[in-house]
Order: sequence, then structure tokens, then C-alpha cells
Amino acid sequence: MTSDIPHPHVRFVDVVKEYPGRRRLFGLRAGSPDTAHRALDTVTFDIPRGSVLGVVGYSGAGKSTLVRLINALETPTSGSVVVDGTDLTRLGEARLQKVRRGSGMVFQHFNLFASRTVAGNVAYPLRVAGRPRAEVEARVAELLEFVGLADKARSYPSQLSGGQKQRVGIARALAGAPTLLLADEATSALDPETTAEILRLLTRINEEFGTTVVVITHEMAVVREICDSVVVMDGGRVVEHSSAYDVFAAPKTDAGRSFVATASKGAPTPEALQRLRERYPGTIVTVRIDDSFGSPDVTRILDRHGVTGTVVYGDVAEVQNRPLGTLTYELTGESEAVAAAAAALADGGRATTLAVAGADEVAA
Amino acid sequence: MDTNWDLLRPVLFTSVQETLVMVTVTVLIAGVVGLLLGAALYAARPGNLLEQPVVFAVLNIVVNIVRPVPFIIFITAVGPVTLALVGTTIGTGAAVFPMVLMASVVIGRVVEQNLVGVDPGVVEAARSAGAGRLRTLFGIVVPEALGPLILGYTFMFIAIVDMSAMVGVVGGGGLGNFAIMYGYQQFDWAVTLVTVVVIIVFVQVAQAVGNWLAARVLRR
Repeated sequence: MTSDIPHPHVRFVDVVKEYPGRRRLFGLRAGSPDTAHRALDTVTFDIPRGSVLGVVGYSGAGKSTLVRLINALETPTSGSVVVDGTDLTRLGEARLQKVRRGSGMVFQHFNLFASRTVAGNVAYPLRVAGRPRAEVEARVAELLEFVGLADKARSYPSQLSGGQKQRVGIARALAGAPTLLLADEATSALDPETTAEILRLLTRINEEFGTTVVVITHEMAVVREICDSVVVMDGGRVVEHSSAYDVFAAPKTDAGRSFVATASKGAPTPEALQRLRERYPGTIVTVRIDDSFGSPDVTRILDRHGVTGTVVYGDVAEVQNRPLGTLTYELTGESEAVAAAAAALADGGRATTLAVAGADEVAA
Repeated sequence: MDTNWDLLRPVLFTSVQETLVMVTVTVLIAGVVGLLLGAALYAARPGNLLEQPVVFAVLNIVVNIVRPVPFIIFITAVGPVTLALVGTTIGTGAAVFPMVLMASVVIGRVVEQNLVGVDPGVVEAARSAGAGRLRTLFGIVVPEALGPLILGYTFMFIAIVDMSAMVGVVGGGGLGNFAIMYGYQQFDWAVTLVTVVVIIVFVQVAQAVGNWLAARVLRR
């Protein structure tokens, strides 16, 4: 987790963020009056330029504090946050306002200005930056075209659907042509279809403009969909930081494992296995699928042993355009052949036999 | 008893004028001062935009001291200050001074309460767009609360009409003075009734305009 990228877009070095104990957090007193609440605990990591980073963690893990430090809405208690080579902790409020214009922020609840039209919302960052009127109008039209809301320029936010509101939020975040886009639970308030639409939009922004995107989320499905790398946070610490594929393929921590489990089925739970056995009397084998070993490879091995395999449980999805998942098969055929096929699959630790046909005992 | 309206009508018109002047001047001055005071109370509150705990505590205490004083007592209590600043404690000009003071404080509280209701998320959105604190306060927070603010100001307009009637009693003129002097003290109930009707018309018109404006703003 040490910083080893030559020129990262964002660099956290030993960042600690504490809130005074009396500050209320989520409506509750966090800590007794004289103990500070540590929201971030010695966080060090880099965000490469042009990448899409997912930050996952449960509520209170420090995700939101992390983004608020990147766009300088908060200052760290100690350590430094470096954006584009500039240490934010050394800047005064006037300079920080300029820095904030270099990054766009998208919010869970959109946070649109109800008193301004759609066009007025998108124009706001440009007005703040003091851009000439003609430039503002041209840019607003361009952005509304980009997010597909050109016909809503004169509407007010209250007249829009959730997905449309978020597209306005994204257009507003992009107004100042930021090199960094921060999405704080940007899809958490949206239905699955709208979520997919917004994620496609974020991917497009990353690909077309080379914008670095930081996605704060508690949904691993979002990470699987669009992220290159993942930071897993737990108790204010970064407990895992690697490529999205690696986190999904082999999570290293409990927090990582439980998050991955929310997005992919993995092996059946003991209860699910019990039900499977009632329905499928054959031998039950679970196989890990990745880009080096897919279901055709399973079929090839089974064919070689003259065994029939049927998928009874599991899923395979793409992570970073590479297949990844777990499939559970029922193997049927002559018992010796089935045992040999299961052994061949298990070679290399890729497969586990969960139940043997006819046997009462369920193997771990 | 027959009321001599030929005699009273010009007095009534003058009284209406005096009331209108007192109310208008107070609404204009106290409206601006109250907006600034309310914005200061909102922004200085610990955890908010400008976060000035000492300023907040001082303003809060001042407002809490002034506001509960019954207005008729407040007028006499600030009498010496009025005398020093205006030169007299009698007349419409002198009456406006305590009205402006009290109305500013009350409007300040009304404004503060409406601004507190603004979603902190939009403040964060404005700040992360690079807006300064004051720009966020007056460019985003106040416009976001505009609907409730209009209703709050309408409420205050009516409260100020009420105040204007009270200053009349201690020499400020206006409708309050008219009702007491020519109605109550002359045992002429008709005069009191006419005054009440005029004031009701004032209030109804103000409330209708306020509701209409607020509805226009809130519909968006």
C-alpha cells in the first residue's frame, strides 16, 4: 500500500482525521466529550491519473471523510493530501476554492439547487469561476447535450425524475471541466436500471475525457461494473487496496470478503447445499472460474472422464473485462469416474467437492 | 351617538398615512437588518458556514433579551435612546425607532429559522463548486429558503402593523392612536370598528400578496 506511482492524481500520506468528541455523528454523540472520534486513521494510498477507483466500506468506515478531504471541504488533522502535486494542507481558503473548481462532486441525494433551473444548476460552477456569459451558455448547452437533457434546460429540479436529477448533478460536476470526479454514493438512491444508466455515463466520462473518477459506494456491484481498482475501508483504515479483479478474486480481509460476498454468490451456504442435495442426488462440486479456467475447461475435463455435469448454483460476471465467478456442478455418472473427474478438477485447488453421491456426510 | 365623520374623515386619512409610513419604513429597514442578523445567526452557529461560536453566542443572547420584552414596555424602555438619536420621543419619526429595533430582532430569528431548514447538502454542493462562504450564504442558502422567507416576512409585516398600533398610544400617531383617541376615549364604538376594518383590510391584502408570491416561488 506504499506510494509507488510516479505522478499520482491524488496522494494520501499518513492522513489522520479526527473530529472533536462532542461533534455529533449520525445524530449520536461520538465518544465522550474529551475523546476525539478518529474518522480516518493513518491512511496512505495513491489514485492514478485517469483511473476509476472504488472506495467501499460500511457506514462510518470513513468513506465520506475521504472524499471531503480530496475536495478540501475538510482538512486533515495530520498527514497530507496531495492533489495534482499540490499539498492541500498548505493552502489557504482562497486557493482551496480554486482547487475545488478542479474537481467535480456528485452526491447521493443530488443536492441540486431547487431555486435554480437545470441550466442554472449546471452554470453555477462556471458563474462562481467568473466565466463570461457567452462561454457559460455554450458550455451549459454542451453539457446538457452530453447527459441527454438538452430539452430540460428551463425545467426546475423538482420536475425531474431521480435519474434525470443525477444527470443534472453530473453535468454540474463536469461544468468546470474537472480532471477529477468524485461520486459519493451517486447511485445509492436510484433504481437498478437508472443505476446502470448513471454508471455508463461515469464510464463514458472517464473514457472520453480521461477524467479520474473516485466512486464511493457500499455496493460491490457498482465496483464490479466500472472500477479499475478498489480501496476497502474499515474503521477509518484502508485495509485493502488492489485491482478490482484481485479484490473480487481473492479478498484478503474480512471486510473485503464480506463485500465481495454481497455481489457474487460464491459457493453455496450449508443451508443452500442442503436444499441442493435434496434436489440433486449426484456429487456436488464447486469450481472457481476466472480468465485462465472457464466453464468450457470444466466441460472438457468432465467429457474426458465420461461424466455429465450440470450447473446447479453460482454465477460468473466480468470484472475489468475478465470473467470471474464460482459455479457449482452436479456430477452424474459412474461413481469411480465421478470421483476421478472431481479429483482432476480439484487439482490446483480450483475445485472443492461439497457432497458425494450416496454419502450422508457433507464434506467441507 | 352620531359620529361626525366630516370631522373625522381627514384625521382617519392622516392616520392611515402615518401607519403606512411607519410600517413601510420599518419593513424596509428591519427587513434588511433582520435578514443580515438572521444570516449571521445561521452562519455563525457552530458547525455551519462561518462557524463563529462567540459571535453566535452574543447575537443569540441579544436576541433572546430583546424579543420577549412586551413591545409597549420596550418602547418606553428604549425611550432615552430614542430621545438621544431622534431628538424626541413623540411623533411618527420617533415611533419608528423602537419598531425597527424590535422588528429587526424578530425578523432575524424568523430568517435564521428558515435558513436552518435548508438542506446542508446544497451548501456542500456550492462549496465544492468552489463558491466562497458569503457567496454560498447569499447566493444559495437564502434563495433556497425564499418560499418560507416570503411567508415569514408576510407574518412579520402583519406583526409590524400590530406594533404600529401600539406606538400610536405613546405618541406615534397612526391608526392605533386614532382608535384609542377618537374611539375608546370618546366612547365611539363606530370609530373603533372602522379602524379595525381598515387594519383587517391591510392584513388581508398583505397575506394574499405574500401567499401568492410564496406559491409562485415554491411551485418551481
